[in-house]
Amino acid sequence: MNETRKYSASLPAWAILWLALTLAVLAFGFYQAMTAPTEATMGNLYRVFFWHFPHTILSFVFPYLNCAASLLYLVWRAHNPERALAADAFAVASAELTVLYASVGLATGMLWGRAAWGIWWTWDARLTTYLLLWLLYVSYVLLRRFAGPGQTAVLSAVLAVFAAIDIPICYMSIRWWRTQHPAPVFGSSDGYIDPVMYRAVLWNVAAWAMWGAFALGMRYALERRRQQQIAAAAHEFMAAPEAA
Amino acid sequence: MSYASHVLTHLRKDLRLEWRARDSINGMLFFTLLVVVVFALAFDPTAFPSLARQISGGLLWVALLFASMTALNQSWSRELRNNVLDAHRLSPAPASAFFVGKALANFLFVTLVEVVLAPVFAVFYNLHPLGQTSLLLVILPLGTWALVCNGTFFSALSLRTRNRELLLPLVLFPISMPALLAMIQATTNVLTGEFEPALWLKVLFTYDIIFTTACVLLFQTILNSD
Repeated sequence: MNETRKYSASLPAWAILWLALTLAVLAFGFYQAMTAPTEATMGNLYRVFFWHFPHTILSFVFPYLNCAASLLYLVWRAHNPERALAADAFAVASAELTVLYASVGLATGMLWGRAAWGIWWTWDARLTTYLLLWLLYVSYVLLRRFAGPGQTAVLSAVLAVFAAIDIPICYMSIRWWRTQHPAPVFGSSDGYIDPVMYRAVLWNVAAWAMWGAFALGMRYALERRRQQQIAAAAHEFMAAPEAA
Repeated sequence: MSYASHVLTHLRKDLRLEWRARDSINGMLFFTLLVVVVFALAFDPTAFPSLARQISGGLLWVALLFASMTALNQSWSRELRNNVLDAHRLSPAPASAFFVGKALANFLFVTLVEVVLAPVFAVFYNLHPLGQTSLLLVILPLGTWALVCNGTFFSALSLRTRNRELLLPLVLFPISMPALLAMIQATTNVLTGEFEPALWLKVLFTYDIIFTTACVLLFQTILNSD
């Protein structure tokens, strides 16, 4: 139990600073999004784009982190268990953030789709691939819940590698599928961003990337702490006289 | 012993076990038949022949997918009784040979189900394929291998988890989506005769090669995961 007490309950100063900075940039991003010029055809409706775009772009970044951490886990597992556990904690943090960001991306996309196209969903190539990405990482999170305590890390690392192999195949095959049967509502070109809106987009991407990094760090620290608590409990059990 | 003879030994053992009990095959046959009947309740295949051609490729694969789930869940839990799995882990034989033997056995079981039920399916749904039917002889084995290879791997992965029978489809379906898409599209193209299924055959073939390699390479890790 002494092992766990060395963690203080509060955040370190640099993390609080980072959080404060993140909140400031988020607020400024919100201000930029709300004061950007109204779009010509869609009016104020398009403003959901400023949340949709950062979340979607960032939800493509976290899977790479997850795959890299899972591969590192498999490599380090045999001869450096402590570092392997750190990689596993990073893998779970990045997978959960993938699910979170992809969920927000899907939800904001649906809001936009309902307002702009009149339908919540269409089986267009991009939407389908994105939904599959979301499904893959939800199944990863589910596997982590179901797996036994001793093997969660290995099994989920293997699944992460499979998911990473699957994504490019998914992407290509769905593109081929939808080019063979083109969807009527939505072509693959969705126009361009007007230069005056660039600033708002970039501020929001920066803000949500900072927020993502903060959440990733928090989740990583939480998972590390949980791992160390389990290790400490195991040590205590081994040291107890009844165990002998 | 060479790698191939290890695989053959495992394959023979699995075939013998199945021959004595015949649980998986009987279960799958009846299950697939039931799914075929249930889908026939959803729409009238004889009244709408072109609709039947368009969707029965998908129905056939969905039925086979669900049916193979029942067999895949059984295939490793057999090895848990009397700690046979631990004996396999101790043996000096390559772990992947164990996997390949099991996957081949499952492949043969599901293929047998297809051979019996594809004609039944065609009769019940009154199917008159408009494309080149002989291509199904390539599509069916490639699609079956895609399902069974990953299915065998993931059923080994979920073997010692809580609710393993629930977990298997939850992890297998998302990973198999591209393969499912390719096999359904290829079969539908053969049935409707509107497009050439060549592209989807290539996708299936690539998928099979990539995932067979991944399964063979990672099986040792899965087998010794705790």
